[in-house]
Amino acid sequence: MCLSIPARILKIEGKTAEVSAGGTIFKAGLHLVEDVTVGDYILLHAGFAIQKISEKEAEETLKLFDEISNSMND
Amino acid sequence: MNLAAMIEKTVTRNYNFMEVCGGHTSAIHRFGIPSLLPDCVKLISGPGCPVCVTGTDYIDKAIGYSGIDHFIICTFGDLLRVPGTDSSLEKKRAGGADVRIVVSGLEALEIARTSPEKKVLFLGIGFETTAPGTAVTIKLADKENINNFYLLSAHKIMPPVMKEIISNGNNIDGFICPGHVATITGSDAFNFIPEKSGLSCVITGFEPADILMAILMLIKQVNSKSPKVEIQYNRAVTRGGNSLAMNYLHEVFEPCSVKWRGFGLIPESGLHLRKDFIRFDIENFLDVKTSGRDENELCICGNILRGLNKPDDCLLFADVCNPENPVGACMVSNEGACNSWYKYRM
Amino acid sequence: MRMNDYITLNQGSGGKLSHELINSLFVKKFGMSEPLTDSAIILEKAGYSLAFTTDSYVVNPIFFPGADIGKLSICGTVNDLAVSGAIPRFVAVSFIIEEGFPVNDLIRIVESMAEEALKAGILIVTGDTKVVEKGKCDKLFITTSGIGILKHGLEHISTAGRVRPGDKLIVNGSLGNHALAVLGARNNLSFKTPVNSDCASLNHLIQAVLESCSEVRFMRDLTRGGLATVLNELSGITGYGILAYENSIPVDEPVRGFCETLGFDPLFLANEGKIVIVVGSGQENIALEIMRSDLLGTNSEVIGEIVPDDKHLVILNTSIGGKRILDMPSGQQLPRIC
Repeated sequence: MCLSIPARILKIEGKTAEVSAGGTIFKAGLHLVEDVTVGDYILLHAGFAIQKISEKEAEETLKLFDEISNSMND
Repeated sequence: MNLAAMIEKTVTRNYNFMEVCGGHTSAIHRFGIPSLLPDCVKLISGPGCPVCVTGTDYIDKAIGYSGIDHFIICTFGDLLRVPGTDSSLEKKRAGGADVRIVVSGLEALEIARTSPEKKVLFLGIGFETTAPGTAVTIKLADKENINNFYLLSAHKIMPPVMKEIISNGNNIDGFICPGHVATITGSDAFNFIPEKSGLSCVITGFEPADILMAILMLIKQVNSKSPKVEIQYNRAVTRGGNSLAMNYLHEVFEPCSVKWRGFGLIPESGLHLRKDFIRFDIENFLDVKTSGRDENELCICGNILRGLNKPDDCLLFADVCNPENPVGACMVSNEGACNSWYKYRM
Repeated sequence: MRMNDYITLNQGSGGKLSHELINSLFVKKFGMSEPLTDSAIILEKAGYSLAFTTDSYVVNPIFFPGADIGKLSICGTVNDLAVSGAIPRFVAVSFIIEEGFPVNDLIRIVESMAEEALKAGILIVTGDTKVVEKGKCDKLFITTSGIGILKHGLEHISTAGRVRPGDKLIVNGSLGNHALAVLGARNNLSFKTPVNSDCASLNHLIQAVLESCSEVRFMRDLTRGGLATVLNELSGITGYGILAYENSIPVDEPVRGFCETLGFDPLFLANEGKIVIVVGSGQENIALEIMRSDLLGTNSEVIGEIVPDDKHLVILNTSIGGKRILDMPSGQQLPRIC
């Protein structure tokens, strides 16, 4: 289900983080994830980080998608 | 070779795949995925939109509370326009009720903190992706002794309704499983599907390539007669899921039987506050009467949510029932099968 | 149209419900002639007509990144005149001010209007002021009415009478920035954004295009309801279909991130410095060159074309080469979790 996108943690204060989605900054509760630091990517949903995602893996997958998308437009 | 072409090359028969996630319904139509698939692959929209499967009674209750003095109703935007029996939260707001859109339960809690003289009612909808956040919110309210914050829960969980679908005769070959529900529950929560019914499952994300890849994986499973649960969305989903989130969910909520629009009562499919937190349940504090009138009998949202009918099978579709004047919730919600069909039809 | 007892916000958000209200009540009761255009063309004299328009500004908050309600009130009226092909000349301004409104804020807004009027080359020649009791209006409402001079031979631009299959559609830059700046400044959806409103007077850019391209066939500014609304209005007026290319439509990253997070569609978001121009096939490169050399058009792109279609649908070629119908938004967009 539902709207949840990868966002990068910019700042952490206690259990609340500021995360960036393409440059727009949202607040995220960190109660549902562990071991996250500034620079990590998380999935943001309804004001909470619900999962930490590996930046490397996310980037690689999105790059793969770009290639696939581009080839589908040819 | 691109994914759509790979799908063309791999199909050997007809396939029906059901997705049970509002986000998937929306993405499929937004990207025009049906227009890229061969005719033999059909995508069916199941009960994946938490708004669509919530009964009119819930909306009527929320509307009832909105009419009480000193009540602030905090809701996700999804619910604002859902029609109740006689009205909607939006119409009530236009008539003077204090109904506010929030993007998180935490926002609603903050409103309760800063408006101690008011009663703040948070409308908790969503599946396993959203419920843990509500659980956190309740725990915070509990810890801080906030006594003007309440919840009206319409939270539900996915496995029971999927069990319903596979038990009651269907012509589905497999499920496109919800990627963010699975992020929380883990992919193992879906193991019962291939085990009990022999249907294939692929858990996927929301990029168009995710969905196309999942369809390809499902086709391969069906072709090789090897149904299992596969994770396509491995950048977010693991077998065990997010145990921290599941712990919050189990600590604050317990399963209960609730009515799903189009399915009737499904045992152990809803989430209700546990005894330790029952003082946050608005119905424990104050009851409202609802008219309990029947839904429009020509509305076939129920059948559409089971994948038995398509939106344009409904006599009301695109005529009396449209996004501006929705009759059933399938038309109201952006992710509703009827709304998506209306907006994105080809 | 089935009228509710109360007016809802959806009926002011520029989409289908707004159109229904306008058509079934105002147009009908006032006996206005259709199709409705951004400016009314009136008083034809030798070689010229007058273009006449009016608009009200009630934006909340009144100050937001990149602009304020004052600048908005000038740009909006200037652009409504300019997209009809007219040269904006004179503007009337009325203020409805809430009792207790800070004078320093009023000065700031008036200075902003004066600055924009100078930039646009228009004169504010008359006005009116009313003050109402506290609570009777939300801080400040501004109404501006404008008159422009429309040279003979350009009247078809408003009515799209010369639009034909093959014509190309161009926008002058990224979409949704204004909506995001205003929503961010309201500060009630738990987000911050670096984005500024794109509010700007586009008359100079438009004149430059008109002087270089002989086949400008339609123009409209993209305000509430976004690009999707204008494309649907255009297909409705012309009876032709439109094919739009999602990959060509410029959207800045912060707008994309915002939309993906809260479930908004950038094609439905409001703009205050963006127009769509329809030019005859073959002229799109000239138009692009002119537009891209203006600061207000550096990211101009061809985003679609007019196609023959009995059902006059607006079809979007999606980012992955799929196709779907792009409808008008029915009302206000709402932040969603699903």
